[in-house]
Amino acid sequence: MKRFALATALVLLATVPWWVRGTFYVNIASQILLYAVFALGVNVLAGYAGLVSLGHAGLFGIAAYTGAKILAGGAGHLAVDVAALATTVVAAGVFAVLALRGTGLGFVMITVALGQIVWGVAYRWISLTNGDNGISITGRPSPFGLSLASPRSFYWATLVVFLAAVLSMATFVASPFGASVRGTRDQPRRMNALGYHVWMIRFLAFLFSGFWSGVAGLLYLYYNQFVSPQAVALTASAEALLMVIAGGTGTLLGPVVGAALVVAVKNVASAYIERWNFVLGAIFVMIMVFMPEGLVPGLGRLARRLRVGASSQAPAAVTATREEVPP
Amino acid sequence: MRGLEKRFGGLRVTAAVDLSVEPGERRLIIGPNGAGKTTLFNLITGELSPDGGTINLFDTDITRVPSRRRAHLGIGRTYQIITLFPRDTLLRNVTLSLLALTRLRWNPFVRLETQTALVERARVVLSRVGLDRLADRPLAETSYGERRRVEIALALAQSPRVLLLDEPFAGLSIEERRDLRALVAGIPRDVTIVMIEHDMDTALDFAERISVLHLGEVVMEGTRAEVVAHPRAREIYLGE
Amino acid sequence: MSLWLLLAVNSITLGGLLFLLSAGFSLIFGLMRIPNLTHGSFFMLGAYLATSLIARGVDFWTAAVLSGLGVALFGGIVERLVLRRLPGAELAQVLVTLGLSFMVADVCLMVWTGDPIRIATPPVLRGATSALGLSFPTYRLAISLIAVVFAVALWALLDRTRLGAMIRAGVDDPAMARVCGIRVSQLFTIVFCLGAWLAGFAGVIGGPILSVYPGLDGEMLPLALVVVILGGSGSLLGSFMGSFIVGFLYNFGQAMFPELAYVVLFLPMLVVLVVRPQGLFGRAAV
Repeated sequence: MKRFALATALVLLATVPWWVRGTFYVNIASQILLYAVFALGVNVLAGYAGLVSLGHAGLFGIAAYTGAKILAGGAGHLAVDVAALATTVVAAGVFAVLALRGTGLGFVMITVALGQIVWGVAYRWISLTNGDNGISITGRPSPFGLSLASPRSFYWATLVVFLAAVLSMATFVASPFGASVRGTRDQPRRMNALGYHVWMIRFLAFLFSGFWSGVAGLLYLYYNQFVSPQAVALTASAEALLMVIAGGTGTLLGPVVGAALVVAVKNVASAYIERWNFVLGAIFVMIMVFMPEGLVPGLGRLARRLRVGASSQAPAAVTATREEVPP
Repeated sequence: MRGLEKRFGGLRVTAAVDLSVEPGERRLIIGPNGAGKTTLFNLITGELSPDGGTINLFDTDITRVPSRRRAHLGIGRTYQIITLFPRDTLLRNVTLSLLALTRLRWNPFVRLETQTALVERARVVLSRVGLDRLADRPLAETSYGERRRVEIALALAQSPRVLLLDEPFAGLSIEERRDLRALVAGIPRDVTIVMIEHDMDTALDFAERISVLHLGEVVMEGTRAEVVAHPRAREIYLGE
Repeated sequence: MSLWLLLAVNSITLGGLLFLLSAGFSLIFGLMRIPNLTHGSFFMLGAYLATSLIARGVDFWTAAVLSGLGVALFGGIVERLVLRRLPGAELAQVLVTLGLSFMVADVCLMVWTGDPIRIATPPVLRGATSALGLSFPTYRLAISLIAVVFAVALWALLDRTRLGAMIRAGVDDPAMARVCGIRVSQLFTIVFCLGAWLAGFAGVIGGPILSVYPGLDGEMLPLALVVVILGGSGSLLGSFMGSFIVGFLYNFGQAMFPELAYVVLFLPMLVVLVVRPQGLFGRAAV
């Protein structure tokens, strides 16, 4: 059953440009996929490591800005991508070393500070980042000679990257390392006593998370052919977290659903409803109050309830970890 | 060979404690609440750093060894409050414990479920505590007594040389206590066991030597008969 | 020379405003462990409400108090209806307050449109005052004075009244406080409303200097965050000192290192978080 569903989903995704009406919606689909990659990245930390970050837009933005700057310097796209991702991973390492000094709420606050510092640089260090005016790039890359200029081709390229991300996540989750990461989320003290190096596990998870956030940042840059401080703001990090939490942190599908929801509301609803920010906030509040474990597990729970008639309590996905682990 | 030796000064919770356990011994630590028993365990496992003194494990000074390495050196421990992995099955709980000591734990590529050697060993450990038929049961669906046994399974899985049991019988029914007692009694002699316990009926049976702790100090130490006869011990612990 | 003096005065003014804003944030954070990300919205909402009241002929000070009450009412509703449903789930509460801030921002945009609105300085405080041979804008001095008055009043509340004692007990140890019979949940609502009132009031007071515009909430919130992190949550002294430190950092930072303005602000916050998580004056570790 699962394989069939997976195959169907793949086919549907691959053929989107044909059954979706108009380039506007194809572009929406591209956006959903790229933000889904971002959300999956954030989920590595928030969902699997139990470390909630409100500063990941900083890493997203570092990739986009670095890409833009190096591209402006005249380098080829491959070099740009490698350099941007390398920079992002290093930045993620710096973030991690600082943020892991705190636990639970302290961790969140430190990530906020880090994200704000990146934003501050993007906004104010005008000689470096062009400030509010942002940086434009000329054209999208042409991997293997295939142009990505059209919405369709860009969509397929994004789809490939998205699928790579999903595969990578699925492998990570099922692996022994993935199990260790989840262990540090549930019982950090016990993990330490059992002989795991909790700090290192979290650090590596952060790097992995930063890498994919950077990939999403590059996709963003190529999609918009432009980057501005908007992409690095606190609201951007918050929206990413919203995608993860709304969809459900404990699953792979959750962040994807969350990304689809947020992007849909922002883009599609805004065509019909003027005050989509309100709607977004309201949806967020509703989900947190009624389905704190997220849409995917929440709807699953609802479905089971309707079928079986018994209630099963899913554990809330959002619990701040207060455990202190000895160094 | 010496099992453990500890000497602290200045740490107000644990004061000038000299404790020495022989290999293979069954040592019981008793004392009223707040005596510092769990703190002692935390010092041994490294979760707390001593302000003074040393800890030796089989003649090696492990005072400076970080707590995450002590499991690799053979120290295993259970907790007073059950600290298991609630979202996983019993099998996965024990597998995590086994995984901790292998290089595999850093591997992000293979599937954990396909590591049959590891998983089979986990099943064996579960059968040692009599829970192998519940191996695929999620932890959330097990009883308290079963979880206490999983606690011990997690520690035994790592084949520790020294096993620290922190109030393993807390909250158990009479039959559950009896079963657990048999389990503990069945642990082979190459494992040194130190137990903290309140339930005197169950624990006195187990103990070869008893250390009585009070306000962070070892008030006395001796065999069961000696402790029961000792007036100070009776006064502190039995409240006479 | 006079530039530095002007910067200093502006810094003190900003510090005063920030104190009014952050005192509430700090109490809410310290007592309820919720970084209330709606706090910036409270500030902005208070200012907007006042513009409507003033447009209807209400005088400045009454408008300030009433707007504060309006915001406090809103805060109370939020606390009872929403936050209370998520007991102990700190993270969920953080995210909910974020969602609410989105909602408030949009409602304000709907009601008051996107144009910045200036709040007129109350007539009695217009112009300049001479002191120490120099001339200072009277209103800015007034703000600093108001901040000090409120600091003293809050200190008296916390230190001298039963309510204050309960609040302090709750900040130190909520579990014990409950055991001692303190109705912690009621306390939460009271503190949340008080914090909201202060924020709304601050928004109005700051109106003549900052004006009211969409995005004001997003600008004030990070500042309040830095103040509380620097000063320590739950500590009134911390909020007080922190506010003025941030006021100076912000103004002098902007003037001296315009390119690194936000870095100058957030770097100290980062350093404190990493080195001394309880803040300069706080007690409990975050």
